[in-house]
Amino acid sequence: MLAHEFMRNALVAGSVVGIACGLVGYFVVLRAQVFAGDALSHVAFTGALAAAALGVDLRFGLFAATILGGLVMGALGDRARPDDVVIGTLFAWVLGLGVLFLSIFTTSGSGSRDNGAAGVRVLFGSIFGLSSQDVWTSVALAAIAVAVLAAVARPLLYASIDAAVAAAQGVPVRALGLAFLCVVGIVAGEATQAIGALLLLGLLAAPAGAAQLLTVRPYAGLALSAALALASVWIGLTLSYVFPTLPPSTMVVSTAVAIYACALVCASRSRMRFWPRRMVHA
Amino acid sequence: MGTFTCSVFTGLSWNPVDDVRALLSYPFMVHALEAGTAVAVMAGVIGWFMVLRRQTFAGHTLSVTAFTGASAAGLAGVPVTVGYFGVCGLGALALAAASGPRRSLSSESAATGSVGALALALGFLFVSLYHGILNGLDSLLFGTFLGITSGQAATLVAVAVASVVVVGAASRPLFFASVDPDVAEARGVPVRLLGLSFLLVLGLSVAETSQITGALLVFALLVTPAATAQQITARPLAGVALSVAIALVVTWVGLALAYFSIYPVGFYVTTVSFALYALTRLLRALT
Repeated sequence: MLAHEFMRNALVAGSVVGIACGLVGYFVVLRAQVFAGDALSHVAFTGALAAAALGVDLRFGLFAATILGGLVMGALGDRARPDDVVIGTLFAWVLGLGVLFLSIFTTSGSGSRDNGAAGVRVLFGSIFGLSSQDVWTSVALAAIAVAVLAAVARPLLYASIDAAVAAAQGVPVRALGLAFLCVVGIVAGEATQAIGALLLLGLLAAPAGAAQLLTVRPYAGLALSAALALASVWIGLTLSYVFPTLPPSTMVVSTAVAIYACALVCASRSRMRFWPRRMVHA
Repeated sequence: MGTFTCSVFTGLSWNPVDDVRALLSYPFMVHALEAGTAVAVMAGVIGWFMVLRRQTFAGHTLSVTAFTGASAAGLAGVPVTVGYFGVCGLGALALAAASGPRRSLSSESAATGSVGALALALGFLFVSLYHGILNGLDSLLFGTFLGITSGQAATLVAVAVASVVVVGAASRPLFFASVDPDVAEARGVPVRLLGLSFLLVLGLSVAETSQITGALLVFALLVTPAATAQQITARPLAGVALSVAIALVVTWVGLALAYFSIYPVGFYVTTVSFALYALTRLLRALT
């Protein structure tokens, strides 16, 4: 399996994306901002298609759109935590724009069939089609995102758990929220290339959700979330290599959700052991 | 500007009466307007409660499961409608199970996100196993407003009437349970049952809307008119009426614009509704 260059590229890029998604996802879930992450992934779709329709580099459109999207959502929300109605309204429109760009792109090109396939690639990723240059870009971007996150981890944790007390103690809650949404934007843009705009949510939400069910200690949870995301990527890619009809992004996301389901079962069973009497009375 | 408008809006004579007559002379356009009207009324009513209950993310996740339903039906060879309703119903049950009463906000959002991602992943799996409809992927996701038959339009009207009647019958307890679930439960309102039923109705209506606007753009009709209405008035009856009215106007204008231009209806529907929302927010901020 490792003899193929595309497989090595996919594993390196996938691991990097997995670790970044796991770490960022932990905070996303802790702050109950999964919907914002979802919206950013759709923004990534529109950005990539806008770049394709205008004929500029796909990655430029991708990252410009996700970072801008993060800033706009942060600006609209109270304490940089936007309301889900605001997010929903905004990204319904962004999707509409994406449809417009898709139709411009598919009708303008000479080979419209190839262009239609490009839209599908943006939506569902093409991890087996990454070049080694793409891999280096994604390593560099993930390093930036993780470094920023590590630098603000402590105050961000404080601000996420109790925003009012953190603000009273002088923690810049609003600036942190904005910076965090930017980091989510970078990670979303990066993950779009690997597993696609529609599926990156699974890697953002499921490993982190599982980690929070299994431990309440924040740093252990962060590490566990990254480890579970990494495991999902490896298992998913291997499955897709062994069974070539199964698309890689589907396998990665299904593995992540299966791990989450296991964590749900484990958590509810341990809760039963912990309070046997109460369960009987209830 | 003039040349731009000409190239984008072909066949528009700028005489409103003639334009409307041209629009209504084609049966497919009449069917699209009938179906769009039914969907707009239903989405306006149900969307208003969805926004009130802060279940936008759940609504989005259910619209995503509609895509899975369509692709599963394509793979299994059953009618698409069966796939839509079956999978959206299942999705609503899964969401209701995932968001139990004692769960925190963060674990609920993680659960909803995981359900949505799994649904999309499975949808993509079905599409790639069933090679034939790869080209139809865009239309599954983004809808084909203009290919509706009269039979489909009749089905849509029936489902719309049914779901509006159900929500109307339960509207008083549902409103109570949405605004203050704790007090409602203490007064004996079956809050959990209402929540589950609402998710089911939401799932079914999303399934219906998906057939027209596509799975990803259902959202535009469900959330934006309702959010706009709640910016304008806090009174429930007026709010629902306003939400329905906005959804209707947005659908009609969007369909008409799409008829006279080369770009998809989804773009116009979302853009018109978002413009209305942005305008009301701006006016509210200024006053």
